[in-house]
Amino acid sequence: MGKTITIDPITRIEGHAKITLQLDDQGEVSEAYFHTTQLRGFEKFVEGRPYYEMPYLMERICGICPVSHLLASAKACDALLAMKVPPAAGKLRRILELAQLIQSHALSFFYLSSPDFLMGMDADPKERNIFGVVAKHPELGHGGIRLRQFGQQVIETLAGKRVHPGWVVPGGVNEPLSVEKRDKLLADIPEVIEIAQKALTWFKRELESFREEIRTFANFPSLFMGLVTVDERAGFYEGKIRFTDSLGNIVADKLEAAQYQEYLGEAVEPFTFMKFPYYKPLGYPDGIYRVGPLARLNLVDNCGTPLAQQEWVEFRSLERNAVLSSFHYHYARLIEILFAIEHIQEYLLDPIITKKQARYTASLNNLEGVGCCEAPRGTLIHHYRVDEQGLITWANLIIATGHNNLAMNRGILQAARHFVRSDKLTEGMLNRVEAVIRAFDPCLSCSTHADGHMPLHLRLVSPDGKLLDELRRTP
Amino acid sequence: MSKATLATIWLDGCSGCHMSLLDMDERLIELSPQFELVYSPLVDAKVLPRNVDVALVEGSVSSDEDEHKIRLIRSRARILVSLGDCAVTGNVPAMRNSFPVDALLHRVYIENATLQQQVPTERLPVLLKRVRPVHEVVTVDVFVPGCPPSADTIYSVLKELLAGRVPDIAALSRFGI
Ligand code: SF4
Repeated sequence: MGKTITIDPITRIEGHAKITLQLDDQGEVSEAYFHTTQLRGFEKFVEGRPYYEMPYLMERICGICPVSHLLASAKACDALLAMKVPPAAGKLRRILELAQLIQSHALSFFYLSSPDFLMGMDADPKERNIFGVVAKHPELGHGGIRLRQFGQQVIETLAGKRVHPGWVVPGGVNEPLSVEKRDKLLADIPEVIEIAQKALTWFKRELESFREEIRTFANFPSLFMGLVTVDERAGFYEGKIRFTDSLGNIVADKLEAAQYQEYLGEAVEPFTFMKFPYYKPLGYPDGIYRVGPLARLNLVDNCGTPLAQQEWVEFRSLERNAVLSSFHYHYARLIEILFAIEHIQEYLLDPIITKKQARYTASLNNLEGVGCCEAPRGTLIHHYRVDEQGLITWANLIIATGHNNLAMNRGILQAARHFVRSDKLTEGMLNRVEAVIRAFDPCLSCSTHADGHMPLHLRLVSPDGKLLDELRRTP
Repeated sequence: MSKATLATIWLDGCSGCHMSLLDMDERLIELSPQFELVYSPLVDAKVLPRNVDVALVEGSVSSDEDEHKIRLIRSRARILVSLGDCAVTGNVPAMRNSFPVDALLHRVYIENATLQQQVPTERLPVLLKRVRPVHEVVTVDVFVPGCPPSADTIYSVLKELLAGRVPDIAALSRFGI
């Protein structure tokens, strides 16, 4: 029986999780497990509560992407009321979604992952954080803070509050956008576009130095899934589901999110609280697919906004077909930031945006509703059933991060096999295994929970009980 | 003056309180010369050090791991702050208290699963029967309500604590919002 290495907790991710690496008798990594360790039970405890409470309650699943839960939930409620929202409300909701995309991607890229690029995968763990980045690379550090702030300010301006705003209600939004506020938001756009472009220019240059990581960070064929709009752009607030393969072929298209149960299954493994969605026609685990920024850029044939489009073309030329390395999630994230800023500008310039009619009302018309949108990390589905009084009787949630569960597990195995030399452990090796998870930017508060009283303490013991190597990560 | 040591901890919460901390934006950097962040989801330390001056705790206590962790934090922190409604009252996580844990697990892993239906247990924490606010388990020094407390509130609280004073919370924040 081989030994195990535990990395616990994985740091600089949004949530708490740990990794176990199983070694065989030769000391090679044979298995890798990504454990997420919380279950919060929203799917059960919302039972008996009125549907109109759901948007505000459900957004509290996650403080990083509350807007996605707010919108998926409000859309599920729209479906219960069998109603459309006013045109202005539809656009305002879209802006809110894109603003969140910016803040969430900025958090992932600059606060959590850029320390690995700027300080180095093997840097002193004490410096490998946002404070280190700001000290050593002030322009990028402050730029990242500004981008995240911009996203949050747009949310605050529209919805009144940065984290867990109200505002979005079944049937629309509860306050239209004033001309003054619109103009204030528009004024900030050129500055943030410039920051995003600079970050892209810098990161593209850096890619050269991460060849080994690009080659081994969850770099394998898989399906990709996400929403695509009628005009063939990546959909964030609207669209139908598309699956493509690693050759770039469309495997399935125009699937209704509401029918997700026909093509998505969810498997359970004993070592983690996060379930494993898979594409049903291929079965489990062959139906592995990826979602999120990388998937979204792989799914479409154009990006849709002028500056992001140029970047998209360059991105897609990295490989002949789909871009397969999950290291490029980072790159894709920066392109999506640029896309989102441009797109917000487009919506703000549309005269509809300040129309006064921002909400319709209706009463309960359906007893079942599904709401779907693209969260920063991928497709998010809320599915509710209610009784005649509008009280929830059942709920199911498919969380963006969950879709990538199979890929994350396979990805850490690939990276661990490549980097972890069990006869001589180093901190940098293990940081690289963690960095695979960071590339996916899992949002574990959506599906998981704090863990971590076991410190990172690795002991490598030979079959006869001799201590071969030992490593501790201490503060 | 030596820097104060600061830890931020995440129990059963949504991370929104941590996001509100980051919503201080540049003010976080402005304050940073006054503290060393020795343990937090934002830095790479894997072990909580022995002497922490201020520990900000987000979330409620809902598993055996949380319980173990909060006791450890209490024993190592001089000032323990319950940050946000989940830590202060149980808030959203405590909504599961009206259902037995088994019913929760059954809904998620048996009823709402298509394959290999089973309740995961390997190397995983055990959920407590009742989710509790932090002060039901350990003594709390400062309570900061809000869901989440605003960035301005967190900034004032931190500034006061780093200056060695106890902030007047009533003037800063209230529940919910
Ligand atoms: S208090 Fe609110 S923002 Fe903070 S963790 Fe709890 S639900 Fe999230």
